[in-house]
Amino acid sequence: MEIVFVLLDDLAFLIGVTLLYSSPLIFTGLGGVVTESTGVVNIGLEGMMTLGAFAAASVAYYTADPWLGFLAGGVAGGLLALLHALATVRFGADHIISGIAVNFLGPGLALFVSRLIFNGATQTLTVPNKIPKLFDGVFPSKSFFDLILKQDATVYIALVLVVVVWFVLYRTVLGLRLRSVGEHPLAADTLGLSVERLKTYGVVASGVLAGWGGAAMSIAVVARFSPGLISGQGFIALAAMIFGKWTPHGTLAACLFFGLAKGLEVYLGTRFPIPGTLLAMLPYILTILVLVGFVGKARPPRAVGQPFLKERHS
Amino acid sequence: MKRVFTAAVLAALMAACAQQGDSSAVKIAMVTDVGGVNDQSFNQGAWEGLQRAQLELGIKASYVESNQDADYVPNLQSLMDAKNQLIWGIGFKMGQAIYEAAKNNPDYKFAIIDFAYDNTPANLIGVVFKAEEASFLVGYIAGKMTKTGTVGFVGGIKGNVIDGFDYGYHAGVNFANRQVKILRQYAESFTDAAKGKVITLEMYRQGADIVYHAAGGVGDGVIEAARESNRWAIGVDRDQNYLAPDNVLTSAMKRVDNAIYNIAKELVEGRWPGGKTIVYGLKEGGVDIAPSTSKHVPVNILAEVEELKKKIMAGEIVVPYNEASYNDWLAKLK
Repeated sequence: MEIVFVLLDDLAFLIGVTLLYSSPLIFTGLGGVVTESTGVVNIGLEGMMTLGAFAAASVAYYTADPWLGFLAGGVAGGLLALLHALATVRFGADHIISGIAVNFLGPGLALFVSRLIFNGATQTLTVPNKIPKLFDGVFPSKSFFDLILKQDATVYIALVLVVVVWFVLYRTVLGLRLRSVGEHPLAADTLGLSVERLKTYGVVASGVLAGWGGAAMSIAVVARFSPGLISGQGFIALAAMIFGKWTPHGTLAACLFFGLAKGLEVYLGTRFPIPGTLLAMLPYILTILVLVGFVGKARPPRAVGQPFLKERHS
Repeated sequence: MKRVFTAAVLAALMAACAQQGDSSAVKIAMVTDVGGVNDQSFNQGAWEGLQRAQLELGIKASYVESNQDADYVPNLQSLMDAKNQLIWGIGFKMGQAIYEAAKNNPDYKFAIIDFAYDNTPANLIGVVFKAEEASFLVGYIAGKMTKTGTVGFVGGIKGNVIDGFDYGYHAGVNFANRQVKILRQYAESFTDAAKGKVITLEMYRQGADIVYHAAGGVGDGVIEAARESNRWAIGVDRDQNYLAPDNVLTSAMKRVDNAIYNIAKELVEGRWPGGKTIVYGLKEGGVDIAPSTSKHVPVNILAEVEELKKKIMAGEIVVPYNEASYNDWLAKLK
C-alpha cells in the first residue's frame, strides 16, 4: 500500500515540475503561433524573452509589485517585436536576418540598461515580491493536490492564454483575418484588409507573449534576472510550435511534453546511477522519437516567411 | 556645440596625459571576462583586490571590460599600449589569449585567475584556488546542522574544477557525521536556473534540508528553491547570503581579491614569482567561508570550524579534491 502512496506522490511531483518548466515555454510558443499565423517568422523570440525577463525583474524590483513587472515584461517584448515588424512587414526585410538581429539586440539591450540602473551589474537584485502562487495553503503541504495545483499564477495565466489564443484565431473575425494574411496575403489584400496592419498585430502580440514568457522565468521560477537566465528557451518554444503543428493546443501539448521530459531527467537522475550527460539528452531524444513516430505531416501557414509588399502587386 | 565637443576631447586628452606623467607608480591593469567588472562574482572580486592594492601599495590600477570573447585579445593589446607592467586576465576563458600575449610580449608581465598551464612562460603566473578546502568547511557545517540527516550537492558540469567542490564537500559532511546521506546531481549546465530549482526541490522532497551548489547561474534556482521551501542553501564563490538572507546558511568563498593583492604586493616589493602556477588555499587566504555564516550557524560549530581551518592550514587535514583522493580519504577515516 505504501508503494502506491510513494508513486502517487512522485506522479504529483512530476506533474508539478512539468507545469513549472513549461509555463515560460507556453507563453513564448503561443507567441510563435500568433506571429507565424500571420506569415511572419519570428526567430527573435529568444531575444524578446530575454528583454522581457530583464524588464520584468527590474520593474518588479523597483516597484515591489510583481504584476507591474509582468506587464513591463510584455511591453518590453512588444516594443522589440515592433522593431521586427517594422523591418519585416513595412520594409520587407528577410525574416530570419531580422530575427537574428533581434536576438542580438534583446540581450544586449538588457545588459546595457542593467549596467545603467543596477550600478554597473549585469544582473538585477532579488525582487522583493514574486508572482504569487495560487492554491497556496488550500491543500495540506506536500499533499497530492498541493504538489500539482500550488503553482505560480503565471502557470495558470499561460493555460488560460492557450484557450484565448485558440478562440481568437479560430472563432473570431479578427482571427480569420490574421490567418488569411498568413495563408494568402494577396487575396486578403484584394478583399480590402490591411495586410501590413494585421501582420504587425501578429508580430507585436508575439513579442508581448514572449516578454511574458521571460517574465515567467525571472519573477516566478526564480526571483532575479541574470545574463544566462534565458538560454535557449525561446528556440525550444519555437520548436514546440512546429512540433505542435502551428496550433495553440498542439503547442501546449509540445511544451508540456518537453517539461515532462525535463522533469523525468531530474527524477531519474536522483534515483538511478545514470550519467547526467545521457539524461540531459532525454528531452531531445524523446522529442525526435515522438516527431518520427506519432506526429503526422505538419503544414505551416502557406505564405510564411514571404514578404508581402503591396506595391509589387498593384 | 562642436566647439564644446572639441573642448571636452582636449580636456580628456590633457587629463590622460597628466595621468601618464606619474611614471613612478607600478601600473597594473585587468581585463574582465564577459561578466563585466560588477558581476557580483570573481570579476568584481578581482577589481576590489586591485583597488585595495592602489590604496595600500600606491600602484596605479585600471581595467577594461570585455563584452564578448572576441574582445580579449584587443583589450590585452590596449593595456600593453598603455604601458601596464602587469596585466591580469580574469577567468579561465581568457587562458589561450593570455598565453599567446605572454609568449609574444616578453617585456610585459601577465597573470590569470583560474587557469593552470603545463608550461608557464617566465612572464606569466597562473592562479588557481583550492575550492575543496572551503567546500570541506561548508560541508562540515552542513553535516553538523542537518536535522533530517540528508544533505545535497548540485554541480554544474562535471570536471576537474567542480570535482574539487564536490568531493571537498562530501569529505566535510562525512567528517562531521558519517551517518549523513548525501544526494548529488549535476545540472549539466551553468545557466539552467529552472533545472537547479527542480533538482533542489526534489532533494528537499527526498528529505534533504541543506543543499550546496557549485553551478553558476543554476545556483539562482537552488537558492530560490530554498527560499520557497524555507530550507537551507549554501552559496558559492562570493557571500551569497544577500540573495536570500534567511535561507543561505553559509557560502564557500573564493578570495580572488586576496590573490590579486598579494601578487601586486610581491611585484611592488621587487619579487615576481613568474613561470609557474600559484595555488591559493586557506593558508594563503585564497578561500574561506563567508562572513555572514555567523548569522545562522551556532557559536560552538563556528569554533569547531576555526579549529578545522587551523588543521587544514597546518597540513594535518589534507582535503580530497577528486574521486580517487576522496576514496583514499574515506578509507583512512574509518
